[in-house]
Amino acid sequence: MTETFYEVMRRQGITRRSFMKYCSLTATALGLGPAFVPKIAHAMETKPRIPILWLHGLECTCCSESFIRSAHPLAKDVILSMVSLDYDDTIMAAAGHQAEAIIEETIEKYNGNYILAVEGNPPLNQDGMSCIIGGKPFLDQLTHAAEHCKAIISWGSCASYGCVQAAAPNPTQATPVHKVIHNKPIIKVPGCPPIAEVMTAVVTYILTFERMPELDRQGRPKMFYSQRIHDKCYRRPHFDAGQFVESWDDEAARKGYCLYKMGCKGPTTYNACSTIRWNEGTSFPIQAGHGCIGCSEDGFWDKGSWYARLTDIPQFGVEANADKVGATAAAVVGTATAAHIAASAVKRAMQKDAQPGSQKGDE
Amino acid sequence: MSIIKTPNGYDLDSSGRRVVVDPVTRIEGHMRCEVNVDDNNVIRNAVSSGTMWRGLEVILKGRDPRDAWAFVERICGVCTGCHALTSVRAVEDALGIRIPPNAHLIREIMAKTLQVHDHVVHFYHLHALDWVNPVNALKADPKATSQLQQMVSPAHPMSSPGYFRDIQTRIRKFVESGQLGPFKNGYWDNPAYKLPPEADLMAVAHYLEALDLQKDFVKVHTVFGGKNPHPNYLVGGVPCAINMDGDLSAGAPLNMERLNFVKARINEMVAFCNNVLIPDVLAIASFYKDWLYGGGLGAYSVMDYGAYPKVNYDKSTDQLPGGVILNGNWNEVFPVDPRDPEQVQEFVAHSWYSYPDEKMGLHPWDGVTEPNFKLGPNFKGTKTNIQEMDEAAKYSWIKAPRWRGHAVEVGPLSRYTLAYVQGVDYVKNQVDTSVAAFNKLAGTELGAKSVLQSTIGRTLARALEAQYCADMMVDDWTELMGNIKNGDTTTANMEKWDPKTWPKEAKGVGTVAAPRGALGHWIKIKDGRIENYQCVVPTTWNGSPRDPAGNIGAFEASLMNTPMERPDEPVEILRSLHSFDPCLACSTHVMSEDGQELVRVKVR
Repeated sequence: MTETFYEVMRRQGITRRSFMKYCSLTATALGLGPAFVPKIAHAMETKPRIPILWLHGLECTCCSESFIRSAHPLAKDVILSMVSLDYDDTIMAAAGHQAEAIIEETIEKYNGNYILAVEGNPPLNQDGMSCIIGGKPFLDQLTHAAEHCKAIISWGSCASYGCVQAAAPNPTQATPVHKVIHNKPIIKVPGCPPIAEVMTAVVTYILTFERMPELDRQGRPKMFYSQRIHDKCYRRPHFDAGQFVESWDDEAARKGYCLYKMGCKGPTTYNACSTIRWNEGTSFPIQAGHGCIGCSEDGFWDKGSWYARLTDIPQFGVEANADKVGATAAAVVGTATAAHIAASAVKRAMQKDAQPGSQKGDE
Repeated sequence: MSIIKTPNGYDLDSSGRRVVVDPVTRIEGHMRCEVNVDDNNVIRNAVSSGTMWRGLEVILKGRDPRDAWAFVERICGVCTGCHALTSVRAVEDALGIRIPPNAHLIREIMAKTLQVHDHVVHFYHLHALDWVNPVNALKADPKATSQLQQMVSPAHPMSSPGYFRDIQTRIRKFVESGQLGPFKNGYWDNPAYKLPPEADLMAVAHYLEALDLQKDFVKVHTVFGGKNPHPNYLVGGVPCAINMDGDLSAGAPLNMERLNFVKARINEMVAFCNNVLIPDVLAIASFYKDWLYGGGLGAYSVMDYGAYPKVNYDKSTDQLPGGVILNGNWNEVFPVDPRDPEQVQEFVAHSWYSYPDEKMGLHPWDGVTEPNFKLGPNFKGTKTNIQEMDEAAKYSWIKAPRWRGHAVEVGPLSRYTLAYVQGVDYVKNQVDTSVAAFNKLAGTELGAKSVLQSTIGRTLARALEAQYCADMMVDDWTELMGNIKNGDTTTANMEKWDPKTWPKEAKGVGTVAAPRGALGHWIKIKDGRIENYQCVVPTTWNGSPRDPAGNIGAFEASLMNTPMERPDEPVEILRSLHSFDPCLACSTHVMSEDGQELVRVKVR
C-alpha cells in the first residue's frame, strides 16, 4: 500500500473539505477551470509522496545540517510525511551496492517524476576523480540522476555557484550544477548554508503548489532572494543616521550600531537573513555583532576581505566615489561617510530602481 | 598472497574474498572501504580510502589571516565552527594576541555546544541504525517499551505507553506506505541486529526526539555567532559585544535576555545527555555485550592535544588533558607538542600526493601537498571506474599523520582514555559508573579497559564527553555572568587588529578538541598575508592509509578480525567505521602547495 499525498494531509489533520478547497485553489493558481478540481483531487488521492534523490558532491554537508534545523515544518515531518527521501548518503541506512541500487530503482520507477537535490558540486580536474562515488567520478552520478529527474534543486552556494572550493584558484575546478546540467529546470537556493526554513519552504512550496516557485534571473526563488539584507536590517536606522561601529567591541558595537564600516556585506547581499533570520528566527549575523560576509552571493570568497568596507554599493553610485576619497585620506572618512549617507537619502528619494552595475537578479 | 605483519601488530591477509563498500554512507563526505574476509567471514585485511579532496589550503594562500576562519570553517558543516576556532587560535598564536576572558568563555560555550550537538546527531542519526532496527520496532509492545524506558531512565518524561504507541503507528504507516525513504534497502533482516523490539522502538522514538531537539541546541551558536551552521568568529575575541543595561541594550548582541536564552539551551543539553543519551547508549550497548569488536588502536595508542582550560593559556588547567599513550601502556603518558618538528608528521607513501622523499614525514609548518592521483599495478577496473584498490600502492586522498612515527587514534575515546589515566575526577567517575551500569545491565564483569577498547567503548566515550561538555558549559556560563557582574564586559582585544602592528613574518599553531578528535592548524604569515596554511584533522589521523613503515591507521585497525554475519551486507563494517564519526571533507581538504593547474576539462 502506498500512502498518498491526500492521506498524508489527512493524517496531519487536514479535513476533506479543506483538501477540496486546496485542490480548487491549486486549479485556480495553475490557471485551470473548475472542471479540473476533481482531477487534481484524484491525483492527490492516488499520488505517492514525491521521491527525492539528494546527492552530495564536493561540499561540507552544511546544507544537510541546515535542513535538519528546520522548525516549521520539522525535518522529521518533511522526511516522514511529505517527501520520500530515497537517497541521501548522509542519513540513509544502506551503503555501498545497496545504496547505489536505490538510484537505479528510483529512475526505473519514477522516471521523470523525482526531484534531484544537489548539495556540493562536481570537480572536473583529475578526470573528476577528486570526488569519487562508487569508484566513479561524482559527475557520472550527477549527470545520470539528472537525466531522469523532473527538476533540480541546487542547495547552497556550492551547487549554485561553486563556493569555497571554487574560490581562486579553484584547484579542483569545482563547477556549479547549472554549468554541467543544461536541460533541466534548476532552482538555486544559495547561502553557506541556506536558512533552514527557507530550504523547507522551497520544498513545501513545490509540493503544495506543484510547480516551481517564481525565480529571478539567476534562478533563485524570488520570495526569499529579492531583497538585500541591508534593506530590512534592524540596524538600518543607524546606517541612515550615520552611526557606525568603528572597532570591535567599541561603544557603538555595544549599542548595535551599523556594521557597514566593519565590512558588512549586507548592502550587496540578496538573502532573507534580516527578515526570516536564522534557527527559528533566533538571530542573524548582524544581530550577533559580525557583519554579513555575503555567503549567498556568487563568488563571495573572492570579493575582498570580510572586513574591507564596501566601496561599490550598487545603489549608491555617487557615495561610492565619496567613500573611495575617504579611503585614501583617513581624515576625510567621517566627512565622506556623512556625504555617503546624505547622498543615499537623496538618491533613495530620487530613484527607486534601475541601478547600473547592480548584482540584482530580478530586474 | 602471504600474510603481512604490520609494525603495529596486525596480520594482514588479503587472500580471502574482497568486499567493497562504496559509498560508505551516514558519514560526512565521501569514503570507500574494502576488506578481505576469510572462509569464516572474518575480516583479515582492511583498506580505507578517502575519496574526495577540495584544496582549501592553497585557496588560503595570499589571503588576509583574519579572513581564514571563514574559509576553513567550510571544511566541514557538521563539526561547524571547530575549524574556525582553530584558525583564530592559530592566527592569534602567530601574532601574540591574547583574547579577553569573556571571549574565551563564549568560545568555550560555543565549542562545547558543538560537542553536544555533534555527538547527539552522530549517535542518533548517523550511528544508531548500525545497532537499531526501525522495522523491528513495529513488533514492540508499547506498554513494555514504556516500562523499559522508565527502567533505563526514570527521569525522562516522555515514557507513556500512548507516546510509544503513537510513534509506532507513525512508523507503521511509513513502512506500510512502501516508500521507506532513508530506511530503504537497509539490512533489516540481518542477524547482526540484536535489540528486542521494545529497545528498537525506544531508540526510534529518541531518534525523532533528538532530531527535534538538536535544532534548539545550536541556537547557542546563533546568539553568539549569528547563525548555525557556520557561525561567525573573530580574530582577537568574539564579535558579540555585551551591553547589559546601557543605552540600546535591547539591540545589542548580548544582553540579559540573550544570555538567559543561552542558559535555557544549556539546561536542555544537560537534561538530554543525562536522561536520554547516556541511558540509551548503555541500554543498547548491554544488548551487544557479546560484540566487543572494533577496538583497534582505541584506548591502546591514543593522542590528544588537551582541551578546555579553566584558565585560558594555561595548559595545566585543561579539563581534558592531552598526551600520548602507546601500545596499551596506561602507566606512561607522553607529552605532546604540536610545534616540535619531530612529533606530528604527515606521510604520503600510500596517499595520492607526492613528496620528494616519500619515506620521510613532514611537520605541518613545512608541509608539502602535491597531488598525484595514481593507482597501483594491481588495482582492478579503470582509472575512472575503480573495482578494487591496490593498497600496496597509493590508495587514498588522506595523508598519514603519525606521532613520532606511531599510528594513533584520536577522538573522544582517546581523550577519555587520557583523562581517565591522568586521574580527572569527573571522567573517572563517569567511566567507572557507566562501566558498572553496563555490567549490571549486561550481566558481565568487565573492566574499564575491556569495555573502552571496543567499538562500543568508542561510542560510550563520545556520549560521556557530550555529558561532560554540557556540564562544563554550566560552569562557563556562571563564570561569564560573574565576570560581567564584576564589571568586565570586554569581548575583544583589538591591539593587533591592524596588520601594520604585525611582525614581517610569524608562525603559529592552534589546537581544538574537535568532536572527532585532535585538530590542529598551522599557519605561516608573511607581509600580512598567509604564506602557508596546513590543517591536520581528526579523520586524517583515524582514516589514514598505511605509512611507509606499513602501520595501519585507526579505521583499518578497528575492522581487523571482526566477524561478519553476511559479507554482502556491511553492517559490522559500518558499525565500527561510524563509531569514529568519519568526516571526510575534513580529512581531505588539502591541495597542491603551489596550486598547480591540473588537466582542465572543458565545461559546456
